[in-house]
Amino acid sequence: MNVKLIFGIARSLLLARLGQTLVAAIGVAFSIAMFVTLLGFMNGLNDLLDGLILNRTPHVRLYNEIKPSEDQPINSASGYKDSYNFISSVKSGISRQEIYNSGPITEALKNDPRVLGVAPKLTAQVFFNEGTIDITGVINGVDVEEEMRLFKFRDYVTAGSAIDAKNIANSIVLGKGLAEILAADIGDVVQVTTVQGERFPLKVVGYFQSGIQEIDKVQSYASIVTTQKLLGKPANYITDIQVKLNDLNMAPAVAKEYEQKFGIDAEDIQTANSQFETGSNVRSIISYAVGITLLVVAGFGIFNILNMMIYEKMDSIAILKATGFSGRDVNRIFLLIALSIGFFGGVVGLIAGFGFSVIIDNIPFNTAALPTIKTYPVNYSPIFYFIGGVFSIITTYLAGFFPARKASKIDPVEIIRGK
Amino acid sequence: MQQTILEARHIQKQFHDPVTVQVLTDITFSVNKGEFVSVIGKSGCGKSTLLYILSTMDTDYTGELLIDQELMTGQSDAQLAHIRNEKIGFVFQFHYLLNEFTVLRNVMLPGLKLARYSEQEVEHRALERLKMLGIEHLATKEAYRISGGEKQRVAIARALINDPHIIMGDEPTGNLDTKNSEHVFEIFHELAEVHNQTLLIVTHDQGFAERSGRIIEMEDGRIIRH
Repeated sequence: MNVKLIFGIARSLLLARLGQTLVAAIGVAFSIAMFVTLLGFMNGLNDLLDGLILNRTPHVRLYNEIKPSEDQPINSASGYKDSYNFISSVKSGISRQEIYNSGPITEALKNDPRVLGVAPKLTAQVFFNEGTIDITGVINGVDVEEEMRLFKFRDYVTAGSAIDAKNIANSIVLGKGLAEILAADIGDVVQVTTVQGERFPLKVVGYFQSGIQEIDKVQSYASIVTTQKLLGKPANYITDIQVKLNDLNMAPAVAKEYEQKFGIDAEDIQTANSQFETGSNVRSIISYAVGITLLVVAGFGIFNILNMMIYEKMDSIAILKATGFSGRDVNRIFLLIALSIGFFGGVVGLIAGFGFSVIIDNIPFNTAALPTIKTYPVNYSPIFYFIGGVFSIITTYLAGFFPARKASKIDPVEIIRGK
Repeated sequence: MQQTILEARHIQKQFHDPVTVQVLTDITFSVNKGEFVSVIGKSGCGKSTLLYILSTMDTDYTGELLIDQELMTGQSDAQLAHIRNEKIGFVFQFHYLLNEFTVLRNVMLPGLKLARYSEQEVEHRALERLKMLGIEHLATKEAYRISGGEKQRVAIARALINDPHIIMGDEPTGNLDTKNSEHVFEIFHELAEVHNQTLLIVTHDQGFAERSGRIIEMEDGRIIRH
């Protein structure tokens, strides 16, 4: 089969109607560009919104929940072993929030190949004293370095330095909202009263801004050592172990496994934040739907133009057939025309789409709620470009299929005699 | 014994739309190599219809058609296209050049399709044929920029590119003035005399037909003289 000849004829037919060809190709390019840009932008936003919560949420959280004991004393009494015991008005006991054996558990977790990292944590309920008023708040005692590595802690510390919480003794990183209430600047000392009634001065080394106002008004961070000192607890006292996994999707299974293995409560991220996945999925579906609609419209444009071209080229098709080109050759010529429009339109569209994405990526986007975001977010995942490219070829192939078949079925005798 | 190039055996054709009309009835004849045959007859006598059957483009008939002693009837579309490409050259009343190409490229296309020779050789052969017809100076012009008489000569050059067994013409002079008609006839005549080229030309130009080697006259779908 003379591929080169078929290419040459297709090229000549295309170039003979350069204007039409360009219109068709621009249609494809435009829809592909929009498709890629839309998906990139939408997914950028998705990532941003998900990241807001997901970045700072452990995939699995190990802790002791305050709840009534499952094993009530009567169940241990030998006389009532086989009976069904009804106990009314059960209260939660003074169970310790501390995680037993936190050291060995942490070691075991660190050796698990599925685990990306482990960060211990303890929380302390406190009152911040500002003159005569007391403001309730929570101090999270964290391993600052691990927190920065696993949960992007540094990104959320908008003023001051995150690592100072570790390096300076008795220091604290205040939530932005809390700092405003306390009117505390960096370098100031704030007074904290623990639930046990002890008073403690802490030096402010930074502001923390999560993007969620309610959190910023209550939460603050300090090093584990400082928090332990605050609570008057020994150095092995922690209340939470935060686990980040290599694969987020394994969290539910892993949480269940740890629960049994360590005899502890474990909560996975999917259970804690199920609404986020739903939102992301719906946004993705919408952007795909819009993108595909654009492509279908462009496909109809190509279909029309090819149909018109075939009508115009009846004579040429007839003469090609009379001089020895078969229906298959003619079919290939027109399919090739459609595919070249799709290919070049697609390539230009992908480049333009990338360009639009870069432009959007550089538009300033400042909002008090999102301290780490300076411009609109865009996701440059190659998958979108791949889908866009494949789609441009598929739609143009489908758009060219029927006109090409029509051209291949043209009866040269009718055309030649019909004059 | 002359070599038979084209042979028709009992060819019949009917049109069914809107009513059944017998267009061709029991057409049987043969053409030998080197013959210059004219087919004449009044409008509507079926001579063009016959030509399209003989050229393998119309396959809706009964009877048998042989080209180069090979049976054409019942062959597939692709095979027939190949046979047209290799063995038959066409000249039509309307010139039917491809306007997207240059004159040279138009002449080359059937040769490139056949791919018997390399592209350079096909180009060389195309130029040879243009020179033979005295129009090599047009080679690089766009096909739609030349005159009607020139177009017809280009079409003849294209018909000759693959050294066909037979050249078929459907009123090749029908759309030309006297001077150009004369020129085209002379080309055909020379092809037949000098190059021993077989020609089968449908025409209603009595003068043209009388000067050709052999006349087949048709009336109402039958051959009445051959």
